[in-house]
Amino acid sequence: MEELLNTTAADVTQLKYALDTFYFLVCGALVMWMAAGFAMLESGLVRAKNTTEILTKNVALYAVSCIMYLVCGYAIMYGGEYLLSGITGDGFTGAEEPATYAPSADFFFQVVFVATAMSIVSGAVAERMKLWAFLAFAIVMTGFIYPMEGSWTWGGNAVFGMYTLGDLGFSDFAGSGIVHMAGAAAALAGVLVLGARKGKYTKEGGVNAIPGANLPLATLGTFILWLGWFGFNGGSVLATSDVANSNAVAVVFMNTNAAAAGGVVAALIVARLLFGKADLTMALNGALAGLVAITAEPSTPSALQATLFGAIGGVLVVFSILTLDKMKIDDPVGAISVHGVVGLLGLLLVPLTNDGAAFSGQIIGALTIFGWVFGTSLVTWFIIKAVIGVRVTEEEEYEGVDISECGMEAYPEFTSAK
Amino acid sequence: MKMVSAVIKPFKLDDVREALSEIGVQGITVTEVKGFGRQKGHTELYRGAEYVVDFLPKVRVDAAVSSDIVDQVVEAISSAAQTGKIGDGKIFVTSIEQVVRIRTGETGTEAL
Repeated sequence: MEELLNTTAADVTQLKYALDTFYFLVCGALVMWMAAGFAMLESGLVRAKNTTEILTKNVALYAVSCIMYLVCGYAIMYGGEYLLSGITGDGFTGAEEPATYAPSADFFFQVVFVATAMSIVSGAVAERMKLWAFLAFAIVMTGFIYPMEGSWTWGGNAVFGMYTLGDLGFSDFAGSGIVHMAGAAAALAGVLVLGARKGKYTKEGGVNAIPGANLPLATLGTFILWLGWFGFNGGSVLATSDVANSNAVAVVFMNTNAAAAGGVVAALIVARLLFGKADLTMALNGALAGLVAITAEPSTPSALQATLFGAIGGVLVVFSILTLDKMKIDDPVGAISVHGVVGLLGLLLVPLTNDGAAFSGQIIGALTIFGWVFGTSLVTWFIIKAVIGVRVTEEEEYEGVDISECGMEAYPEFTSAK
Repeated sequence: MKMVSAVIKPFKLDDVREALSEIGVQGITVTEVKGFGRQKGHTELYRGAEYVVDFLPKVRVDAAVSSDIVDQVVEAISSAAQTGKIGDGKIFVTSIEQVVRIRTGETGTEAL
């Protein structure tokens, strides 16, 4: 009888390991799908002549992120060996401290977050950056810049041995700061080095609209991101195999969805009041702003609080986009506003519902992440600019980077076989 | 024989077609066109910034008719296409030197 109980207990533990691993992998796959969301959103918000290049950038940056995080990023962020040596091992049987899920599942879940951070950059620098300059930056960002700040936050290491963010009351559940604001900081540095698209700002200080080519794609991309975010936030609970964790997962899903909804409605209303018309692109940015705002802490707010937090993000993002335009910081898709400004908001909202976090800790954490990512990115962009240049020529920009960088149009017409 | 070319608002096309059928016009040619008039297009907002739509979409209806019904045709198009608002369009009437029906070789008013 005792033997039977022992076997059953061991089976249950194994089952929990299997279930948590499975949950983690499915969530990782959902987050991977966010790469598709970013690709569609960005290709919808740029002009048709830059479609092929933005798609190339998105698929290539995803691949570069995966390889760089495998080569050195994961080791820098969480310890362990370069090239993931040994990670395929069993985290359970015979392990000194049995893990609750497979170590390689952890890598898979983390690697898709890196790709998300890098995707944020591609939209902001769209329509004028050289493809290979962007990919060169992606190598540094995903192999070094992001893993360093990740090691200080989720990795738990001290910042250059000086202070430990966790001890100061810093808390970022799924990465409003660590992933989104970090991506936006790198994007901002890139945009400052790169300059605005030709024709975006007039000499008299006016702002010209450059409408996106395909709003159905931008909308599809937003829905895909919204879906992927359930993996992004939901998976960050890290387990689902007992009552407490599965309740937490359900709350996170509920709040993530509520925040996005609040963001859409708020942004739509603000756009209607400011412009007199319902601006779809602002509503889409509002959805993403709601999602970013809740990402730092989706597990402790009530559903109403989550909706309101999302709505604050939705209002903030519209004003942020307009302000950046006044400052002549040209961001075709609004990535710096959505992920950076609202990412910061997300961090600052955490202490309202989570007693374990402190405002001071959130501010120090935000400054640490932004300072590090922005500073190192700026240096990296300048080095790339000096070596190969970051911007296409004026003529290439006019013709569209599809032709100059990829040699093919997204929608070719009047062509014939040779 | 006259060529009546009317540039009208696209949503009025069906009304104009019906009005022309009623007075016995046998055929029309319709083209989607773009252009501007005294308003010089209009401005729209995208993400809070203005952009100018220089050319507005219009439909051009061409009807070749005999000279004795040309006034009726112009009147039919005018009343069918009018909304009283800016951008209702214009009607141009020109003379036609010759018309040939390709299938039969008929010419002149026989071919209309």
